[in-house]
Amino acid sequence: MSAALSLTAPAVREASLLRLLTCGSVDDGKSTLLGRLLFDSNAVLDDQLAALDKDSLKFGTHGENRDFALLVDGLSAEREQGITIDVAYRYFSTPKRSFIVADTPGHEQYTRNMATGASTAELAIILVDARKGILPQTRRHSFIVSMVGVRHVVLAVNKMDLVDFDKATYDGIVAAYTETVRSLGFETIVPIPLCARAGDNVAEPSVRTPWYRGPHLLEYLESVTIGEAQGQAKHFHFPVQWVNRPNLDFRGYAGTVATGTVRVGDGVTVLPNHRHSTIARIVTADGDLPSASAGQAVTLTLTDEVDVSRGDVIVHEASVMQARKALTARLLWLIDQPLRPGASFIIKLGTVEANAEVAALKHAVDIHSFQNHPADTLAMNAIGVVDLTFDKAIAATVYRRDRELGSFILIDRMTNQTVALGTIEEDAPKQANDNVRNKAVLRVVGTAGSAQRWNFLTLLGRKAIEAVVLFLVVAALAQNVWLALTVAIADLVARPVADRVAAWGWQHLFSEHAHSHAAGHAD
Amino acid sequence: MNRMTHLQRLEAESIHIFREVVATSDNPVLMYSIGKDSAVVLHLAMKAFYPGPLPFPLLHVDTTWKFQQMITFRDQRVKEIGCKLIVHVNEDGLRAGVNPFTSGSRLHTDVMKTQGLKQALDRWKFDAAFGGARRDEEKSRAKERVFSLRSAEHRWDPKNQRPEPWHLFNTRKRAGESFRVFPISNWTESDVWDYIAQENIPVVPLYFAKPRPVVERDGTLIMRDDDRMTLRPGETVEMRSVRFRTLGCYPLTGAVESDASTLSEIIDEMRGSRSSERQGRMIDHDGGASMEQKKQEGYF
Repeated sequence: MSAALSLTAPAVREASLLRLLTCGSVDDGKSTLLGRLLFDSNAVLDDQLAALDKDSLKFGTHGENRDFALLVDGLSAEREQGITIDVAYRYFSTPKRSFIVADTPGHEQYTRNMATGASTAELAIILVDARKGILPQTRRHSFIVSMVGVRHVVLAVNKMDLVDFDKATYDGIVAAYTETVRSLGFETIVPIPLCARAGDNVAEPSVRTPWYRGPHLLEYLESVTIGEAQGQAKHFHFPVQWVNRPNLDFRGYAGTVATGTVRVGDGVTVLPNHRHSTIARIVTADGDLPSASAGQAVTLTLTDEVDVSRGDVIVHEASVMQARKALTARLLWLIDQPLRPGASFIIKLGTVEANAEVAALKHAVDIHSFQNHPADTLAMNAIGVVDLTFDKAIAATVYRRDRELGSFILIDRMTNQTVALGTIEEDAPKQANDNVRNKAVLRVVGTAGSAQRWNFLTLLGRKAIEAVVLFLVVAALAQNVWLALTVAIADLVARPVADRVAAWGWQHLFSEHAHSHAAGHAD
Repeated sequence: MNRMTHLQRLEAESIHIFREVVATSDNPVLMYSIGKDSAVVLHLAMKAFYPGPLPFPLLHVDTTWKFQQMITFRDQRVKEIGCKLIVHVNEDGLRAGVNPFTSGSRLHTDVMKTQGLKQALDRWKFDAAFGGARRDEEKSRAKERVFSLRSAEHRWDPKNQRPEPWHLFNTRKRAGESFRVFPISNWTESDVWDYIAQENIPVVPLYFAKPRPVVERDGTLIMRDDDRMTLRPGETVEMRSVRFRTLGCYPLTGAVESDASTLSEIIDEMRGSRSSERQGRMIDHDGGASMEQKKQEGYF
């Protein structure tokens, strides 16, 4: 049968791949722009065009004209409401490049889908309606895009036809945007004046913007080069995904290289247990490799019989990465029920899962001013900085050094919902461990002025009064001051300890109950 | 750092997905529908677990209306690889006489494919099923996750999908729930053919043009694969040089006239084509969001 297959293999395209996302506020024309890009790059075929024309009459918002947004809004609820709800992935290619585009929703309530689309993107097209300029959602999206590490932005000033292709309006928006996102640290911001509906500056230069000298959008997307991020880890990081043990003679560790390069013979450390070994083979179905780099899915074997399992991370001996039981991270909160400090979740980071507690909410980030402000809870779509503690040490690093081992999701233990996505902020594990101790103390005494502190002080006061009363009673009954003092002190010390032991026993005997109580915070 | 090509990046991403499922599920299965996408998915799966064997069986939900060449190809492929194949037929549907001609495409697909699939998943208690769907195929598929959670009743809730940031998949599920997992979500039709050429993956010969007996019915060329297809008045069987861009049940899969008989000719033809691959699939044309509806009901 397979003989029917021609062996004259055609030249396989060596084209590179660019992953990007389109984002912006509602009605800025994201779906229209993407539909236009697909149309202009010949990715829309005749039968799809026929369906589009039919749909345009039924749902379209452009009268008799084709509504390109209907090419990409695939869910029936989206087509009825004329909005994008979920992130859609679109694919097109030109002779120079293949593109994967995440088309993300503009509505604030769907920010989580926007963040998802941004997390794997290398470049963001941020759309602005030329009539409206910078909107709150423009700032929010820019912030999220920078949070997940996108370093290149195209500022697409759309609907230029509705401002008569006025250069001053365009210049004003570009200046305002550049000023707005100054603190976000994008490496490049390329502004382009567009009319997505009519195709101006989308896939060819527009005659209606003679004052614009830059590239049109497709030209820029085809030519932009995405370099390695500054500060990215040079060392080899490899989260073990699956242990491949088909027979007694083979034991390999399958996974995808997160950062750096590994070569046969390299000395490595397995985290979190700090076992050392040497790379024996780099196995793939296409034959063994001498080396493997970031992004490659391979299977490693080691020269020693060390205990390695899923969730462990193999790193170069020289790597500074550490396993840690606490870290500070930036969270985007995804669900209706607000996040409260003290809530516990399952964290998934790389290939490991652990129990995690939000020990403290340090501050929330104001999406409009990008300033920090104190907060007691995080609402849906809000961003905050938290301290997390884990029930076991997990190998992790800062997001800017390693996108794979510096990012994570939090999962509700009861509903299995993904409740937050996060990026690791702080670098020093030692400091993080000090934080654990401080956190432990803080958890008992509370921060100054907090309800927790007040409860702690009340408790302290009550204990003191109880001890004094006990002292007086014993002293009166036994007529012995020393005995009374001993009893009072014993009560003061022993009772809380006994309570703790009882509580501990209770929690472990009825752990199901304890868990449901803990998770109740998030429900 | 060696720069990876487009196909290398797609391949690595797919392998990562396969391994993630095997590491986190109890009883995975690969939905094998014999077409080119299934061929690529099977090839990627073998690469992901090399040098070990495939750590899960293949499942073919047979509607009994597949092209005969597909079944021959399936059995030969399974023998070559040495993997386990489960073939499931919805016997209830068969007994009720459901077929694509008199029952209509919609009922036939629902009973023999969707219900058949649910029966098989329930019977063998699979908690994760790999499929070869791609996001570029159809608008509602463009919105589906890589790990798509299904309720105990196999339903899909498009408005309540879990976010999948980075390469982090939330693989947790409750008892009875399962995942449909799509390792080639980010591939296009073009990528699939380029990869088949690059890796020399065997595919069903029906993809290559050859003179075949076809009947023109309602504007579509149907290959008369056996005599269960009765001719309507005025219809005649003609030999024409045709091939298929997708493969399904033969009465529901339109052929395209073509002389492309080699892989490179197919690829050239596809790049120059002005129609999409699913144009020949009749079940897609029951209205704009019809795939979304079928998927909610449990269609793959």
